[in-house]
Amino acid sequence: MRSFEHVNALNIQTTVALLSEPSTEAIAGGTDLLGELKARLRSPQRLVNLKTLSKLREIRYSPRVGLRLGALVTLAEIERHPVVQERFPILAQAASSAATPQLRHMGTIGGNLCQKPRCWYYRNKLFHCWLKGGDICFAEDGENKYHAILGADRCHAVHPSDLAPALIALDATVCVVGPEVEGEISLEELYTKPTERHRRMTILGPGELITEIRVPPPKKNARGVYLKAMERGSWSFALVSVAAQMSLEGERITDARIALGGVAAIPWRARESERLLVGQEFSEELAERAAEAAVAGAQPLRDNGYKVPLAKSLVKRALEISIRERSDM
Amino acid sequence: MATKAVRPKKRKIAVRGPGKTPIKLIVNGETHELLVEPRRTLLDALRKDLGLTGTKRACDEGTCGACTVLLDGKPIYACMALALECEGRSIETVEGLARNGKLHPIQAAFIEEDALQCGFCTPGQIMSVKALLDENPNPTLEDVKRAVSGNLCRCGAYPKIFKAALRAAELLRSGS
Repeated sequence: MRSFEHVNALNIQTTVALLSEPSTEAIAGGTDLLGELKARLRSPQRLVNLKTLSKLREIRYSPRVGLRLGALVTLAEIERHPVVQERFPILAQAASSAATPQLRHMGTIGGNLCQKPRCWYYRNKLFHCWLKGGDICFAEDGENKYHAILGADRCHAVHPSDLAPALIALDATVCVVGPEVEGEISLEELYTKPTERHRRMTILGPGELITEIRVPPPKKNARGVYLKAMERGSWSFALVSVAAQMSLEGERITDARIALGGVAAIPWRARESERLLVGQEFSEELAERAAEAAVAGAQPLRDNGYKVPLAKSLVKRALEISIRERSDM
Repeated sequence: MATKAVRPKKRKIAVRGPGKTPIKLIVNGETHELLVEPRRTLLDALRKDLGLTGTKRACDEGTCGACTVLLDGKPIYACMALALECEGRSIETVEGLARNGKLHPIQAAFIEEDALQCGFCTPGQIMSVKALLDENPNPTLEDVKRAVSGNLCRCGAYPKIFKAALRAAELLRSGS
């Protein structure tokens, strides 16, 4: 890690100003950033420590407005919060499936949502890949076991967050501040496929940061589940994950939100599956069709074809669990 | 988005580094004054500046758990924390467990159950078990498995680590 200056953030305004300076990065939990700095993917001259912004550490809940999570709330705090466990179980499941107890005590929700991909070419300084400003994606014809099956264009890395699909299924929004913007956007809008001119997985630019995550109160009779396929029982990024949140009136599905992790550069919303489900009565055949729709258009690479049936099975199982098995999970 | 922008405001800020800067670390109840660069990790500050080498350095990238210490009672990876960001907080390392030459019950249980082979992950395992038992004196096997799920043991001593943790819980409950 190259040397850098260190500044504690005082308030949002000065933080935005500091972060707008060149060669400056924000540090919160540090679990992703320090990995990048140690690998010398970046060598900023100054770090701004967000952890001193104590207002961003709060968890608030009211039945009317829902859940408000400050960007500095840790994954461990989310996982253990009684209201999250009771009212937003998908979120508690996603948080507790991420990383390890140690990393969950360090890592913040803001950082989790903005973390960089785990693609080994991206993480290796020796590969000047497209996402880092180079010309080619080495994964396209290289080792691509963990890479994207959906929507990939110039870059084949996947977004690694567990919390993002869960929060998108819960219809969450994020508050963003920056030198030129201040406002609330849906979490889905935060993510973008990297483009030629903006080689990042979020729309955030220099000086912009997330301050709060807002989750609306759960709909009546809503339930859901977060399922994550991993290579081992813990301490793994998702091969594929599925967050499904369903609302029912009797046997009829009135609302469905499904988001997948580990399959694309952004948390992947399965809109076509949702459309098939809403208004219908649940059946195995319907779940099958919805699962099929979730991976429609998949374009697997040499080593990641297994993700297609895996994603399909997880979607189907998530639907069965959230609709049939009610409060089991 | 884009309603009204936050007007960037310049104000006098306290910049530290990139050279060495004085910090105070509270390790095992004792306050230490040291000079570190901002890039110094807590792990290197403990091992190199304070000579506390019980906390092990293996992967140095948050993927092994050998450097687990407690920060305000919570287990963290010391390799992924900056020393100067731990100022004023309580840091516990494996060196702080034994009292007056007597091993802590968790350490005693690890020996009693033979819960190690090469021993390199052991200090980290013990600190994770310490965090668990401080919070939950009566854990289930599942609780123990979860608690050490961020500590890699390449020798595969887990069955005995689990046993040792449960035995330590027993010892601590009986007050020995």
